Amino acid sequence: MATKKEFDVFTHELVPEHRVLSEEEKEELLRKYRIRISQLPQIKASDPAVVALGAKPGDVIEIKRKSPTAGYYYYYRLVVED
Amino acid sequence: MVAAKTIKTLVNKSELPDNIKEELYNKLIEYNKKYKLKKAEVEAIIEETVKEYKKALIEPGEAIGTVAAQSIGEPSTQMTLNTFHYAGVAEINVTLGLPRVIEIVDARKNPSTPIMTVYLDEKHRYDREKALEVARRIEGTSLENLAREMSLDILNYEFVVEIDPERLQKSGLDMEKVQRKLESSFKSAEFETEGYVLIMRPKKVGKLSDLRRLSEKVKKHRLKGLSGVRKTIIRKEGDEYVIYTEGSNFKQVLKVPGVDPTKTRTNNIWEIAEVLGIEAARNAIIEEIVNTMREQGLEVDLRHIMLVADMMTLDGVILPIGRHGIVGEKASVLARAAFEITTQHLFEAAERGEVDPLNGVVENVLIGQPVPVGTGIVKLAMNLPLRPKRE
Repeated sequence: MATKKEFDVFTHELVPEHRVLSEEEKEELLRKYRIRISQLPQIKASDPAVVALGAKPGDVIEIKRKSPTAGYYYYYRLVVED
Repeated sequence: MVAAKTIKTLVNKSELPDNIKEELYNKLIEYNKKYKLKKAEVEAIIEETVKEYKKALIEPGEAIGTVAAQSIGEPSTQMTLNTFHYAGVAEINVTLGLPRVIEIVDARKNPSTPIMTVYLDEKHRYDREKALEVARRIEGTSLENLAREMSLDILNYEFVVEIDPERLQKSGLDMEKVQRKLESSFKSAEFETEGYVLIMRPKKVGKLSDLRRLSEKVKKHRLKGLSGVRKTIIRKEGDEYVIYTEGSNFKQVLKVPGVDPTKTRTNNIWEIAEVLGIEAARNAIIEEIVNTMREQGLEVDLRHIMLVADMMTLDGVILPIGRHGIVGEKASVLARAAFEITTQHLFEAAERGEVDPLNGVVENVLIGQPVPVGTGIVKLAMNLPLRPKRE
């Protein structure tokens, strides 16, 4: 858990918004794209953004990416152990 | 005439990305004023836009990787092969052009010219003196940087350093501070100052090589600032001052008081991945490639570069493009063997008894089968007439 003195990675311009998906949202996502969970792009459990969110391996992170062509779009990453 | 609110709800209902929705909404409002549209007309326009948008999307099976490679490769032939050049920042060398692109794509742990762009917080941003204060905190200084002359006095078993008063003052240190700092770090020696001369005397008189070794350590010892940062330059950009550093220590610089940790960045992508995470690293890769290209007056469509960055960060770590990275991670043995070090991959696969299901493009080119790209990706499935059930 981040201490108060530690700097919040989400305040940096380079870091997009991250959010942990709930179980239902996870199912919905896999159904929507017709994929298995192992087919998602990955993110390490030690990643600073994951640590800040407190997500565990097996969780899916939704990333709200800024894009000059689409405004915003969502990207998903599966938290994996390293 | 349709109300603006109705247009908004109609636009928001459509399956379009946010940017296009906004553009469409603004245009519709404008035309609505001019031509007094009916609701059915607005709906028709939106429908047509969605149709055009879907037409512009990449189709399944399109070989986007190949297109991206070509689109980045072609302008790269026009880039300078010159490694060193300075980019706006006088006095600091920056790797530019093709060597820099290769460096990014190869995901080198240590770029040849690491540079940080340090933005300052509200208090320090607009004043040169205050910016200088922060720069002093960042710039790593050792005895070596301050010395005018250094010598070993063999007769008296001493290490004598003559310090340049000008440099000492510039760095914001004084002789007393230097002495105290060294004394606290090196317990095995005594330090003495005489004017601008610093003398180090080891407590135990031993071999000459010991003195030499210790003097090397003292020379390199960091008196202040961050390790890895050699030089700082302050530049005015617009109405604020920005510090450029030669050398990079991203983790530490964010903690320095006076630094704006939300904007400061480095050109070392690994450091960004470590401190800010993989998503930030992806953004950094895109930005670095785009900036390098733009510097040379070349423009590549952003989506090609985004694909490269997405591939490099797919597994949560930065992978280089090439044999040690994304090609080396390919599932198919034949695809790996077709790229580089053919025999080794085949031997290892044979040893492990690997099976190649021939799902990818390269494998199928290799053995002369239809390639799963474009129309080749479509398979036909058919329900054969079922045999009548026996009763």
